[in-house]
Amino acid sequence: MIKRIIAVVAGALALGVASAQAQEVKVGVNLPYTGIGAEFAQLVDRGMELYLKLNADRVKPYKITLIRRDVKDPSGANAKIAVQELLTQDNVDILAGWIYSPNAIASAPIVTAGKKLAVIMNAGTAHITNLSPYYVRTSFSMWHAGYALGEASAKILNAKTAVVGYTDFPPGKDSLAAFKRSFEANGGKVIDEIPMGGAGAVPDFTPFFQRAKDKKPDLFFVFVPAGDHAAAVVKTYAALGMREAGIKLIGPGDITQDTKLQAMGSAAVGLITMHHYHADLDNPENKRFVEAWKKEYGAATTPDFMAVGGYDGMAAIVHVVHALKGKIEVDAALEALKGWKFASPRGPITIDPVTRDIVMNEYLSEAVMKDGRVYQKVIGKIDGVKDACKEQKIGPCAPPAK
Amino acid sequence: MIFGADVASMLLGGVAAGMVLFIVSVGLSVTMGLMGFVNLAHGGFAMLGGYAIAQAMKLWGVGFVPALVFGFVITALASAVLERLLYARLYRASELDQVLFTIGLVFMMIASVTLLVGPENQPLRLPALLQGQVNLGFTHYRTYSVVLIVVGIVIVSGLWLVFERTRIGAQIRAAVDNRRMAESLGINIGRLFTLTFAFGSGMAALGGGLGAEFLGLDPQYALKYLVYFLIVVAVGGLGRVTGVFYAALLIGVLDFTLKKYVPQGGTAFIYALTILLLLWRPQGLFGTKTT
Repeated sequence: MIKRIIAVVAGALALGVASAQAQEVKVGVNLPYTGIGAEFAQLVDRGMELYLKLNADRVKPYKITLIRRDVKDPSGANAKIAVQELLTQDNVDILAGWIYSPNAIASAPIVTAGKKLAVIMNAGTAHITNLSPYYVRTSFSMWHAGYALGEASAKILNAKTAVVGYTDFPPGKDSLAAFKRSFEANGGKVIDEIPMGGAGAVPDFTPFFQRAKDKKPDLFFVFVPAGDHAAAVVKTYAALGMREAGIKLIGPGDITQDTKLQAMGSAAVGLITMHHYHADLDNPENKRFVEAWKKEYGAATTPDFMAVGGYDGMAAIVHVVHALKGKIEVDAALEALKGWKFASPRGPITIDPVTRDIVMNEYLSEAVMKDGRVYQKVIGKIDGVKDACKEQKIGPCAPPAK
Repeated sequence: MIFGADVASMLLGGVAAGMVLFIVSVGLSVTMGLMGFVNLAHGGFAMLGGYAIAQAMKLWGVGFVPALVFGFVITALASAVLERLLYARLYRASELDQVLFTIGLVFMMIASVTLLVGPENQPLRLPALLQGQVNLGFTHYRTYSVVLIVVGIVIVSGLWLVFERTRIGAQIRAAVDNRRMAESLGINIGRLFTLTFAFGSGMAALGGGLGAEFLGLDPQYALKYLVYFLIVVAVGGLGRVTGVFYAALLIGVLDFTLKKYVPQGGTAFIYALTILLLLWRPQGLFGTKTT
């Protein structure tokens, strides 16, 4: 009996809320708010919040409510449950989040069954967007940076040989494949591939780096998850004297994540990365973004590529809400996002109408010391980069059979 | 000489990793040998010690070496309090109760540290003197690894002297070999145990701080490396300082070599080897059969 009363009251309340604020759009956010990814979740979350705050006028007359769920870890299992609950219990209109690729891969069937727009704000394994027709990605694919860096390594850095070290999980293998394909297509040779433990814990990198050093390559390409892994990589690289041995450390921007870069100090100098964003990018949108971030969250904090994934993702959501006048229906939402253009802090971006993945600039940067801090100097730029994995229909990136 | 430098770097890297394992595990081996108490919270003490050291350096700007001393003392004291308050009640309990209690303690340690300090890795900046490379004559190698090896040798020599040449060492050896007999000869096992427990936890703290350069330092530390510490104790035998030392070196070098030459295998090899070894010699490589 009590249950029925609660149900009736809850139903009445829900109706009341719905009629009073017919323009409310509920966004179900899944992020690892606790555990090893807690730092990343905070960055994406703050990125979303900052967009809503800075663009309060643009959001009106609609109201966007974020419903947050903690997915705890990169296992996939918890994320799947969180997404299911957001769909069935909270009846959200739009899904968003996904830090880790395994979580996005595990959630895909639920997203497809739930028939809601799902905005990926970080997870970078290339083929994820093929796993559900409702995924749209505002972050990056591993191939954006990996493929571009392979070509730049051969043509700009004039390297002949490279060793690849990667964290042994989907985006790591993806990054290896992307780099290897374009580096070798441009005359380079990957002489060793070293899996360096899983994403769940930071390993002691010494034996892996020692192996790479013994191979005497021109370049050591490393993909590890941003954060603590990256800090340990730079430390080990410096401690083993690989720079003195003439081996350049390169990788996607995960190894020079803005939030960890200053703590690395002089050990980071000379690192060469290919990435779509870092806080030192020189464009008006980014200046405004970084300034607003520091004002909001403290002068000692900095946004990074994850924060931008959240920021741009929220921009996409606000665009959809307006285009559909607050009544979110998934096919119309996808239609509204196809070819959507936005002046992001990372430069101009658009959503590829065919793959639902992001198209953006990639920046080749070198870490240098400037005014007592580590500064990322842009030394090369490629405009309008698409995900090469889906462009070339490689392996699981080939379009899904209808 | 490429081959020579290769072997040297492998040995140096492996031995340095082994030294960290030894410093953390030696206390676990001795307390397990003394009381037969299965203390799964030992890695937790290593983590707490590491945090004490990192926080002392960060908050008060203490140097690396004084911070290590601070970490040792504070962890030894804290563990002595815990031993008297909690552990002492479970000496006569079943092994299952001991395991449940200590694993519960680990979870409480992890949750407390996450709450107080946060989930992220704690950077532990080494003094400039210990960074970079050192010329050893035959090869260049990471300064800190070489320092760790020297420190490890000093510690094992010191412990060996205490164990073999002092009265308290003789008491510990007697109690490990035959607790009842030692008790009936008037050795106060309770006091002896509190002392070794506190000392062992202090050593773990030292290992947590010294090893942070390789193993990192985050709340999960307490569980992440527990398996390695237990493997070292199982292979080395209970209550044997030299046994633990050889076992730690063996596992350090093997793990390093396998990771370097067969990275695809991950940690699987070391587990497989341990299983085979314990099937062959259940008392460990260097342990004596208990009667």
